[in-house]
Amino acid sequence: MSRLSHTFAELRTRGRKGLVPYVVAGDPSPDGTVTLLHALVAAGADVLEVGVPFSDPMSEGPVIQKGHERALARGMSLQRVLDMVSVFRQEDDKTPIVMMGYANPIERFGYERFAAACAKAGVDALITVDLPPEEVDEIDGALQGVGLDNIFLISPTTPEARIQTIVERARGFIYYVAVKGVTGSGQLDAEEVSRSVALIRQKTDLPIAVGFGIKDAESARAVAASADAVVVGSALIAEMDKKARSGEPLQEIQIHDAAVQLLQSMRAGVDSSPS
Amino acid sequence: MTSEVTPDLYASVPDADGRFGRFGGKFVAETLMSALADLEQLYFDLKDDPAFQREFDLDLAHYVGRPSPLYEAARLSDDIGGARIFLKREDLNHTGAHKVNNTIGQALLAKHMGKKRVIAETGAGQHGVASATVAARLGLECQVFMGEEDIRRQTLNVYRMKLLGAEVISVTSGSRTLKDALNEAMRDWVTHVDNTFYIIGTVAGPHPYPMLVRDFQSVIGREARAQSLAQVGRLPDALVACVGGGSNAIGLFHPFLQDDSVAMYGVEAGGKGLETGQHAAPLSVGSPGVLHGNRTYLMQNEDGQILDTHSVSAGLDYPGVGPEHAWLKDIGRVQYVAANDDEALASFHRLTRIEGIMPALETAHAMAYAEKLAATMSPEQHIVVNLSGRGDKDILTVAAIDGIEV
Repeated sequence: MSRLSHTFAELRTRGRKGLVPYVVAGDPSPDGTVTLLHALVAAGADVLEVGVPFSDPMSEGPVIQKGHERALARGMSLQRVLDMVSVFRQEDDKTPIVMMGYANPIERFGYERFAAACAKAGVDALITVDLPPEEVDEIDGALQGVGLDNIFLISPTTPEARIQTIVERARGFIYYVAVKGVTGSGQLDAEEVSRSVALIRQKTDLPIAVGFGIKDAESARAVAASADAVVVGSALIAEMDKKARSGEPLQEIQIHDAAVQLLQSMRAGVDSSPS
Repeated sequence: MTSEVTPDLYASVPDADGRFGRFGGKFVAETLMSALADLEQLYFDLKDDPAFQREFDLDLAHYVGRPSPLYEAARLSDDIGGARIFLKREDLNHTGAHKVNNTIGQALLAKHMGKKRVIAETGAGQHGVASATVAARLGLECQVFMGEEDIRRQTLNVYRMKLLGAEVISVTSGSRTLKDALNEAMRDWVTHVDNTFYIIGTVAGPHPYPMLVRDFQSVIGREARAQSLAQVGRLPDALVACVGGGSNAIGLFHPFLQDDSVAMYGVEAGGKGLETGQHAAPLSVGSPGVLHGNRTYLMQNEDGQILDTHSVSAGLDYPGVGPEHAWLKDIGRVQYVAANDDEALASFHRLTRIEGIMPALETAHAMAYAEKLAATMSPEQHIVVNLSGRGDKDILTVAAIDGIEV
């Protein structure tokens, strides 16, 4: 059983909802990323989403864009993200890692080569924001060849017939994008999310994670009422950025702590969800 | 017996998936996929609808002022002493460039879709002005995304857009030029997809944009073909156009693609020289990749990060290029070359002084190569250059380079 299906099966057995933090690999610093990932697990993360920095992150709002820019300015590359996952795996062989990024760095790396490197490093699944089902065959085939999952996105604008086509191809889990917009934007409508999740659930038994627009314990709690897992990214990065700019002399671990505290409160929110 | 039918290679692209060979496609977030499908469906319904075509043609005639003349630059030709040079005068269009052909077409699509708001990205500001213009005419809300750096170097066009009632949004991410304006416009579109039509200004972006922008701009080549036959009595020996995203070039080239005797040259921005890395010439020295919704040639590093570009002309300052150009390069139908900043500036002055026509700095790149090409040809031959835009917007840039305070 893969790490992902094991994790979701265990959550289901225990009647718990998953919490999935997203951070950009290399932000705030390449040296600190592995430490941050371990700290997020300790704070209650069930699955980790690791962003691969890209020069043109078209689906990201300003907070995550800046994270990508900082990481690239510090010399991050796809290979270095893979190396970080390898190091993380030396101490944690249980928490699933989902890599999230854009097509071009992967295409440049080579799809087959990338899939093999992911498997070797201990990556479990991939979300490529700009590879919709129409463009995903090549990477999906390469990932399947090494037993990794390609995660498909469904959005509020996805027509019902298309949802059917997508779930038939999906493995691992479904990622429902809760708002029309970029990461960190928009006003979350928990009722709309609940209706959409119910619709998707009629068509698949795969777990459904919901992301975009979830920023605190309250919104995490609301979404966890219907979703199997809650994804949070911009809010964590914004907290770390705020701390980093506070002007005090800080160790990087103190910056991480800002994200850890928010995640802990969201853990409590998710666990108190009435589902 | 049935006669052999040669399949028309050039009419076969893009295919149903929006591919030009291995290029093109729809590399966008899931949220935009249904909007792209709706746009494609509407376009296929309207494109062969005589009423829609009549509406488009009437606007081009009475609002844009088409057909634009094919002007023989006799003094310039004499000065060079080679082939006769003809200029397809897109600079005489309303708003001063070829861009308006496309914005008229897309605004009609927006009207048919009932969208009340349009957005656009712009580099030199020509597409932004052309979008703001059609928005004013149709009473649509208009926001134009423009890199902070381009706002600085194209102040006149920024003010024109504001006069037309558009809001110009300064983009401060990344390199603060055209590529970042496109990112920001896509981000806006994904957020307001229900009420907003995105008027993409070039033959790039996700399918169906490269196709429909090409179709709207092909009026340039159709006219030039007929004018060449009428004025010279035969087809041109060569076509020359500048290539940033590549809409004016595709517009000129496309109706001639099946004419094997017509050579074609797309001129990229060589910036400070291809060897310096400071240029915007992905077809000349780039490699295939995925950006802004399509697979095409890109300027990128070995990690697949998009590189900053440099060109004296904001409109060519873009690290990608339309996917049809990428395909035309691969099959060898069009030759892609580069002209440097200083060559373009020299041609800007030369055309202004010899013909009394001040070209846009983008267009001056095409002129620079056309001058070199003409010199290698004979007076019995003729070249058509797409004079894609006028240079008024660039006066402050040129003055600054020449050390003159205006």
